[in-house]
Amino acid sequence: MRKADIRSFAMIGGLILIWIIFTILTDGTFLSARNISNLIVQMAVVAILGTGMVLVIVTGNIDLSVGSLVGLAGGVAAALMVWEDWGTIPTILFVLALGTVLGMLQGFATVYMGIPAFIVTLGGMMAFRGMLLGITKGISIAPMNNDYKMLGTEYLPPLAGYVLAAIAIAVISYILISRRISRIRHQLPTEPVARLVLKLVIIAGLILAFIIVVNFYKGLPIPVLIMLTIMTILSIVAGNTKLGRYIYAIGGNLQAAKYSGVNVRRVVLSVFTINGLVAAIAGIVLSARLNAGSPAAGMMMELDAIAAAVIGGTSLAGGVGKVYGAILGALIMASLDNGMSMMNLDAFWQYIVKGLILVLAVWFDVSMKKKGG
Amino acid sequence: MPVLRFGFWENRRAALDKEGWAMNENDYILELKDITKEFPGVRALDRVNLRVRRGEVHGLCGENGAGKSTIIKILSGVYPHGTFEGEIVIDGVPQVFGGTTDAERAGVVCIHQELALVNELTVQENIFLGNEPTRMGLIDWNELYRKTKELLDQLDLKIDPTDKVKDLGVGQQQLVEIAKALSKNAKILILDEPTSALTEHEVEILLGIVRKLRQNGVTCIYISHKLNEIYEICDTVSVLRDGQYIGTKPIQELKRDELIYMMVGRKLEMLFPREPHERKELSLEVRNFTVYDALNPNRKRVDGVSLKAYKGEILGISGLIGSGRTELVTAIFGAYPGRKEGEVYIDGVKADIRSPVDAVRMGLALVSEDRKKFGLVLDMSVANNITLSSLDKLAKLLLRSDVEIIYAEKYISQLRIKTASTEVPVKNLSGGNQQKVVIGKWLMTDPKILILDEPTRGIDVGAKTEIYKIMNELVSAGVTVIMVSSELEEILGISDRILVMSEGRIVAELDYREATQEKIMHFATGGH
Repeated sequence: MRKADIRSFAMIGGLILIWIIFTILTDGTFLSARNISNLIVQMAVVAILGTGMVLVIVTGNIDLSVGSLVGLAGGVAAALMVWEDWGTIPTILFVLALGTVLGMLQGFATVYMGIPAFIVTLGGMMAFRGMLLGITKGISIAPMNNDYKMLGTEYLPPLAGYVLAAIAIAVISYILISRRISRIRHQLPTEPVARLVLKLVIIAGLILAFIIVVNFYKGLPIPVLIMLTIMTILSIVAGNTKLGRYIYAIGGNLQAAKYSGVNVRRVVLSVFTINGLVAAIAGIVLSARLNAGSPAAGMMMELDAIAAAVIGGTSLAGGVGKVYGAILGALIMASLDNGMSMMNLDAFWQYIVKGLILVLAVWFDVSMKKKGG
Repeated sequence: MPVLRFGFWENRRAALDKEGWAMNENDYILELKDITKEFPGVRALDRVNLRVRRGEVHGLCGENGAGKSTIIKILSGVYPHGTFEGEIVIDGVPQVFGGTTDAERAGVVCIHQELALVNELTVQENIFLGNEPTRMGLIDWNELYRKTKELLDQLDLKIDPTDKVKDLGVGQQQLVEIAKALSKNAKILILDEPTSALTEHEVEILLGIVRKLRQNGVTCIYISHKLNEIYEICDTVSVLRDGQYIGTKPIQELKRDELIYMMVGRKLEMLFPREPHERKELSLEVRNFTVYDALNPNRKRVDGVSLKAYKGEILGISGLIGSGRTELVTAIFGAYPGRKEGEVYIDGVKADIRSPVDAVRMGLALVSEDRKKFGLVLDMSVANNITLSSLDKLAKLLLRSDVEIIYAEKYISQLRIKTASTEVPVKNLSGGNQQKVVIGKWLMTDPKILILDEPTRGIDVGAKTEIYKIMNELVSAGVTVIMVSSELEEILGISDRILVMSEGRIVAELDYREATQEKIMHFATGGH
């Protein structure tokens, strides 16, 4: 078995273990449709941030500003809608543009001015939070426009959920099967047919089960739909575009990438820009869910996003990491949060346990690397 | 560890006199007996015997890859006892070195080519790093200063012990290294290419200090490519070639030609598939090219070089390590971090190459000298590495993995790369095959000009010949090929025209028919 596979299995195994423990401890409430639905809405914002963070970390950089950027995006949206009577669409476009520009500026400072990303984005973290406090004057701005609010609180109708699931299953099957055909044509080693079928059945089963569970409650939550969309897009960027290839090459060996004619600066600038955009989207989702622009929104979220990426297998040394890993990482952390609060454990336990899980996950990676397996 | 006191030299000299060091012609402080060291697939040293007299400066010469570095690493404990065969005898006592600390305890201290100083610490902190004088567990700064000052005075160095190392020139840093070695009470001091980073003036100072060390009874082993220095400073010279001991002679009895012959030796083997090439139109022209060191902006690595390369020929650039060859080609390619001046023309058009991005767009390709550092993303697959510089060919928006595999397979078969599949991480391949992957990466960009810097370093003989064949094929296909190499046989065996560099300048241009190893060595070592 390949190392990446072992890791994925360990992660999923860990997740299942956590779920089993909480299901037992809460007499089954943990696995109720309602709670699962809550859980995935809770994780959506951090998971969105985590997917963008994976790209940044793979290039060997870091972005500490996204938490503040989430808050700022929500605050600006609220101010525009509540105080300036902007419509929902213009507000969203403005906020997305704002996030993109701020991300790009930080990328510019990192690659063209040579300031380490840690410092640039630490500065961004403070400055964006300051802007947010200035704009909101320290108070929550509410309520948001009704259609804006839907982005955080609405659910996809059950039928639409099933259609979406069917499309997803069809596309994944098509990709896996055509890849197999292409591999056979090029005489590359392929897995046995039985295993491919089994894999497809498991994937289809999981997608269906997921949709059935959420439909049991109210349907697929919009924030989760947004999260899945971003994950899909960024996975394609990472795995199937020039940009993605360059991102891994830069993280794997910066010098070799440079000597190969990769425009390293432009790639890193693009990654920071994308991350700014992703943070703005997360900010919109969060403020829509809260139905307010709050000066404290997104506080410490950059660290949750980094933790999600790292638990999901992204190496801080760069060059290694998968976008979907951040979703799994965020899911593990959200499960811990959710399960422990259901058990009425004090909040401090959540921090302690999440901290331990983070360290444990990286310890697992380090010891795997040592074995060289 | 003994402590330095005033009159350190006098004491040491007296001690050595008592041992009668200068009296006995056959008083060997160091003897290496039948040293054999093998690496996977290579025998780096083959039953080498070497004897060094007490108090002499003993030169160690040989081409790159002759085994000099290996022998130094064995002597200084980097390769510990048990990883090689043979015996190290110091003062008649066989030694067992488990590591560098053991070697230092026995009085063997090595100053490596790359300096091992901590830039942000002061001179005194560096010299006594790990060996600080303490009082009640705290560093005794006064004592530290006093001891350092004493040491620097003995070497006539006007350096303040409290200066930070980073504020010193490279030459002074080299001297601080020597002071550090002496603080460890070195009996045998090994200097490995100590002047490769120094200016002429700094070289003079260093040689002066080596002479002073000799007067004071320290035995020095001096490794250098620069024969002028060898003749200026050494008493005796030993030569290694291909891991074998060739001989030891007093310097006065050894003519320069004879020494070069000892180093270069054998006839050319049938390793080099020479093919008739026909020089066609001018492809690359470099005018008045100067490159400054990245860290030391006042030092010229390349000094006013002009050269022309033509389609249909292999241009060889020879020269010793540090002569500016690599700096020249990496700067042309836009990858050298230091400042550069001068003009580059490609097919008669002025080319403003500021980065490898520009270079690749203009049809330049550089197979760099260190493939692991600059050539490959080791964790990526063979296919991903081959296509890295030409992803535009794999479709516009989304990469097509089937097209990628087709390209990868094309170069794998064209270059005869031995790999289990296109998907294997490139780090799993042998050195020769890794090098071919780098070449494949560049061929995929359809380069007009291919520059290869040390293309066969660290790869086995069979793969070498393959790479020469590939170069010949490329020349026939109309690519301009430039090869930088420090292996003379390779330069002679493959190039159509040879440029020799020395100290940043091109000092000779030779047709391969008139060139010999002796001639190239003569120019490369600073002869006229």
